[in-house]
Amino acid sequence: MSKEGYAVEGRQRDIDFHLPGNQPEMTPDETRLRVEELRAYYGKSLAVNNVTLSIKTKKVTAIIGPSGCGKSTFIRCLNRMHEVTPGARVEGKVLLDGGDLYGSGIDPVEVRRRVGMVFQKPNPFPTMSIYDNVAAGFKLNGSRDRRIIEDKVEKSLKMAALWEEVRSDLHKPGTSLSGGQQQRLCIARALAVDPEVLLMDEPCSALDPIATAKIEELIHELKDSVTIVIVTHNMQQAARVSDYTAFFYLGELVEFGATGDIFTTPEKRQTEDYITGRFG
Amino acid sequence: MAGNTLYGAGTGASRQHYLYRKGIEWLAWIGMLFCIGVIVFILLMILGYVLYQGASYINWEFLTALPLPAGETGGGIANALVGSAMVVVVATLMAVPIGVGAAIFVNEFPSAQLGRFVRFLAEVLTGVPSIVVGLFAYALVVRPLGSFSGLSGSVAYAFIMIPIILITAHEAFRLVPVSLREASLALGIPKWRTILWVVLPVSSRALLTGVVLAIARALGEAAPMLFTAFGNPFWNLNLKKPIATVPLLIYTYATGPYEDWHRKAWAASFVLLMVVLVTSVLTRVFLRGKSNE
Repeated sequence: MSKEGYAVEGRQRDIDFHLPGNQPEMTPDETRLRVEELRAYYGKSLAVNNVTLSIKTKKVTAIIGPSGCGKSTFIRCLNRMHEVTPGARVEGKVLLDGGDLYGSGIDPVEVRRRVGMVFQKPNPFPTMSIYDNVAAGFKLNGSRDRRIIEDKVEKSLKMAALWEEVRSDLHKPGTSLSGGQQQRLCIARALAVDPEVLLMDEPCSALDPIATAKIEELIHELKDSVTIVIVTHNMQQAARVSDYTAFFYLGELVEFGATGDIFTTPEKRQTEDYITGRFG
Repeated sequence: MAGNTLYGAGTGASRQHYLYRKGIEWLAWIGMLFCIGVIVFILLMILGYVLYQGASYINWEFLTALPLPAGETGGGIANALVGSAMVVVVATLMAVPIGVGAAIFVNEFPSAQLGRFVRFLAEVLTGVPSIVVGLFAYALVVRPLGSFSGLSGSVAYAFIMIPIILITAHEAFRLVPVSLREASLALGIPKWRTILWVVLPVSSRALLTGVVLAIARALGEAAPMLFTAFGNPFWNLNLKKPIATVPLLIYTYATGPYEDWHRKAWAASFVLLMVVLVTSVLTRVFLRGKSNE
């Protein structure tokens, strides 16, 4: 199936709502990240306007919405990557376990170790081996002991479901892998730092359906140990992998709730129009 | 028309237009071949003429012996070869950290207006006549130290090399994808480590090319050596004293009154040309080997 075909399929009206284990629970989940009145700017233009929502511990939260609605900008605010872009700035609060990531004296470097990120295109370090790619972030945080690093690399690759495929080629360059493997390598690299939250910015948009299925399976397994926020263009994907879904439109949060509710009984007209493919 | 109009097999206006375009293409080809021919011809002429004039004079003695007093035949340029090597190595040691460091500043901190200004200055610096650079090094090093020296020659060469290294390094850093920097920053790797671990390794091949380019440029400059390294007919390994360098020796011999000196100037030119050529070729071979990894 071509990538284009895949995207079109995502817009079909009769979306198949398989929501295994995604039914909202009666007890309120614990909040890991609390976003309050977040505004993000590129120069003078406002990309994310006044977003408030809570991201629950060890759940998958999907961010959906049409292109240019501020989803990527929004998750880049959650680990202070937004401000890396020249001219970009953020207002509002992002509370990780109660502490404001944008508080005075908070080092963005420290924030990024606690909130990891996987990007749209797989981006392994081209000059490093598979092993070094995974070890890159971990080496900084602590031990220089080779055995500890080796253990960590193995554990991270296993968590990213890549270990069996690369165990005998750990010293080959990271870029020698296929696209899907590279993306799992990037996930392993992010996991090696032991983040509390993992942000995924359209992690499957550059992958074929088989590699996509593997990543989705991985997300299911990972949510036992880490809180995940995933931006996706593909509504079926959001329905498959997430517990909560936030719908963004024109930089604003239109609706946020349990994935089952959003996809079956959305409260807002805009949400319904989008998920049924009437626009976007 | 159902015919094969794509290939101009039709008749009338479309056929004419096709021939017209073909003619333009043909003219463009001729023009390009002519330009290439001129470049290759000039290069081969220079190489051939220097080889013809100088090669017969090159022997083991020429490369390993000291110059003899004017009028005596024989002798060599060993002191100038070693002197050039020393002056250029020291200049490289000075120019690489400054050039690369400045390029990092210009590229990695682009929000500062200063970055763009520095880049502009570097471009202006590449256009400064090398004799002026020599005078500057004279005022900066020779005057305060009270003597001509190899070190002052190195400073002059470094001034020539820094802008070349800065510009090539800056271009190399610009080609490193933003996604790689972001990948590193998102792991909680600080910016300075991201530059050292990700940006520099990814651009190392282009950096090396820039450094070799700068070395090749410096190796052939005689003008900055006039009031700095000054030249020396004897062995000297002390950079605080006047030292012989090949381009300066060529200048002295070529403008001297003796036929033997003229021959030696040609021979030295040939040696210098070969060193630059071999260095460039070896770097390319080395880089190509690395890219096949």
